[in-house]
Amino acid sequence: MFETLTQRLEQIFTNLRRRGKLTEQDVDAVMREVRLALLEADVHYSVVKDFVSRVRERAVGAEVSRALNPAQQVIKIVHEELIKTLGEPQWLNLTGPKPRALMLVGLQGSGKTTAAAKLARLLRSQGERVLLVAADPYRPAAVKQLQTLGEKVGVPVYYEEKVAPPLLCAKAYEHAQKGGYSVIIMDTAGRSQLDDALMAELKAITDKVSPADILLVVDSMIGQEALHVAQGFRQAVNLTGLIMTKMDGDSRGGAAISIRSVTGVPIKFLGTGEGIDALEVYDPSRLASRILGMGDVIGLIEKA
Amino acid sequence: MADLFSKWKNGLEKTRKAAFGRIATLFGATQINTETWEELEAILVQADLGIETTEEIIQALKQHVVQEGLTRTEELQHALREVLIQRLDPTPVVDFSYQKPAIILLVGVNGSGKTTTAAKLGWQFSRAGKTVLLAAADTFRAAAVDQLQVWGERLGLPVIAGQPNADPAAVAFDAIQSAISKKIDIVLVDTAGRLHTRYNLMEELKKIHRVVGKALPGAPHAVWLVLDATTGQNALQQAKAFKEAVQVTGIILSKLDSSARGGMAFAIQESLGLPILYAGLGEKPEDLQVFDREAFVNGILEKNGK
Ligand SMILES: Nc1nc2c(ncn2[C@@H]2O[C@H](COP(=O)(O)OP(=O)(O)OP(=O)(O)O)[C@@H](O)[C@H]2O)c(=O)[nH]1
Ligand SMILES: Nc1nc2c(ncn2[C@@H]2O[C@H](COP(=O)(O)OP(=O)(O)OP(=O)(O)O)[C@@H](O)[C@H]2O)c(=O)[nH]1
Ligand SMILES: [Mg+2]
Ligand SMILES: [Mg+2]
Repeated sequence: MFETLTQRLEQIFTNLRRRGKLTEQDVDAVMREVRLALLEADVHYSVVKDFVSRVRERAVGAEVSRALNPAQQVIKIVHEELIKTLGEPQWLNLTGPKPRALMLVGLQGSGKTTAAAKLARLLRSQGERVLLVAADPYRPAAVKQLQTLGEKVGVPVYYEEKVAPPLLCAKAYEHAQKGGYSVIIMDTAGRSQLDDALMAELKAITDKVSPADILLVVDSMIGQEALHVAQGFRQAVNLTGLIMTKMDGDSRGGAAISIRSVTGVPIKFLGTGEGIDALEVYDPSRLASRILGMGDVIGLIEKA
Repeated sequence: MADLFSKWKNGLEKTRKAAFGRIATLFGATQINTETWEELEAILVQADLGIETTEEIIQALKQHVVQEGLTRTEELQHALREVLIQRLDPTPVVDFSYQKPAIILLVGVNGSGKTTTAAKLGWQFSRAGKTVLLAAADTFRAAAVDQLQVWGERLGLPVIAGQPNADPAAVAFDAIQSAISKKIDIVLVDTAGRLHTRYNLMEELKKIHRVVGKALPGAPHAVWLVLDATTGQNALQQAKAFKEAVQVTGIILSKLDSSARGGMAFAIQESLGLPILYAGLGEKPEDLQVFDREAFVNGILEKNGK
């Protein structure tokens, strides 16, 4: 699947050798393939539609540079637009009075608990005094999982049995305040954006603690629903960032585009493995190439 | 059965609430026109069927329309439902009465729902009068063993576990030996999540598979891939890789209670011929149902369906 766009485009490249201005036909031929590539990368149908028409508008009539053929020129524009949509990576907000609270939210199994440990490790290494908060009393052994990871990264975990998450988080915050911690990281239970009771619970937590950062943790293998998931979470809480996990696989990660387009929330990190150090700041250009499934073509164009 | 069907409906009820701009106008118009086809494409792609499968289905439907002289969208809706259902094989009956113990290996990528599914299956089999043993062969992920042990306690099912970082194949081996000596009917082996692209981890899984066969010739009797229904196009690569590595025999589609439609099931059925056996419709033990292709297709066509 990875190679298909590259191969298809090479076909177009050999067919289009003219120079001058890009015609509608040039642009259409390339955009058909780009549309397929984006859909195969799991970018949401409606987002693809908007994107394709936006790029088409910009591309038709554009001047073809001397170094590029028309197909390459369209791809260059596509790539630029994708990078623009993906945006620059952003660091955590973590501003305001200490301790600063950071909350992780998302669907079941997306990678929240793992990300909490990874962030704890990262912040600790930067000199922060970090407290992890086990705010998932539902999943069997979720607390134990966070405690095990906490031990591994050398960060204490706050937990109290039989205390509902909103109150638990409030108590953890107080504990952190008294104990001189600078950051608390709240690991919440996985939930569907359609679960009203659990979404209300998230809101209740933010009412009590006011996090400086609320990060949506999304599995990069997710399909078309990414858009609705992000919309649903954003309706309930004020998302400030996105973490795309399991990027060490071969998913194309098109969800990043959908989520960025509908929420405008910046991508803050990528999860690239199960290990607690597998957290990366992302590179929009590389992610754009991955979503298009055409790393080498972009390389070629960039050299031109 | 009635109870079973209403579970699907309840699961899908939540989905139905997800009104967000879902394209639902298709069957609002009465005459089939070019827009109808575009809207149909939108519906199918948004249900994660993938553009290739979607185009195939649209071609098939266009033929129906010509052959049967369909002009109205209600007729098209009916034909679409038929075409979708026909693309899924009827769910084969799971029957392990000829193997004792029957060994079932659960495999899949990280976080797909293997451990929860092991618990759900254990609950189902034990309700059906079978004795069940759970094998915690994920010795890698933090508290994975504890997670299965909590389930074992809740459901009253024995769990065989190894030490953290023990050899998972050895845990599976021990569990099978124990099941043989205790005359257990079913052993459910929960394995660690692994991305299908990780060579070493897939080799480790192959080893578990081999060792299971050494512990009991003919085992494993089933290898089930637990696939998260929210997965998009990557699902096919996952299914391919796991099938190649450990001869997957069936698919369990988890998290179908989410807003996702699980449309990749069609491509997997089509290109790998793997049957979809169960659907996960929630986090509780009773939230696992025998896959019902009609209910599944209704889920895809929700809002348009009756
Ligand atoms: N390969 C890989 N695996 C990951 C990554 N992030 C998390 N995982 C794995 O994904 C699985 C689920 O991760 P968790 O952190 O438990 O996910 P969660 O969102 O806390 O899950 P719930 O609390 O059940 O909703 C585990 O097996 C993790 O090891 C990643 O970036 N790469
Ligand atoms: N809503 C819903 N959640 C589910 C379903 N199946 C599993 N889950 C949840 O998904 C998350 C991950 O499930 P696990 O059973 O831990 O997944 P796993 O495949 O064992 O994960 P790893 O061992 O880390 O690879 C948990 O929060 C489960 O409660 C389902 O059918 N519906
Ligand atoms: Mg968790
Ligand atoms: Mg597990």
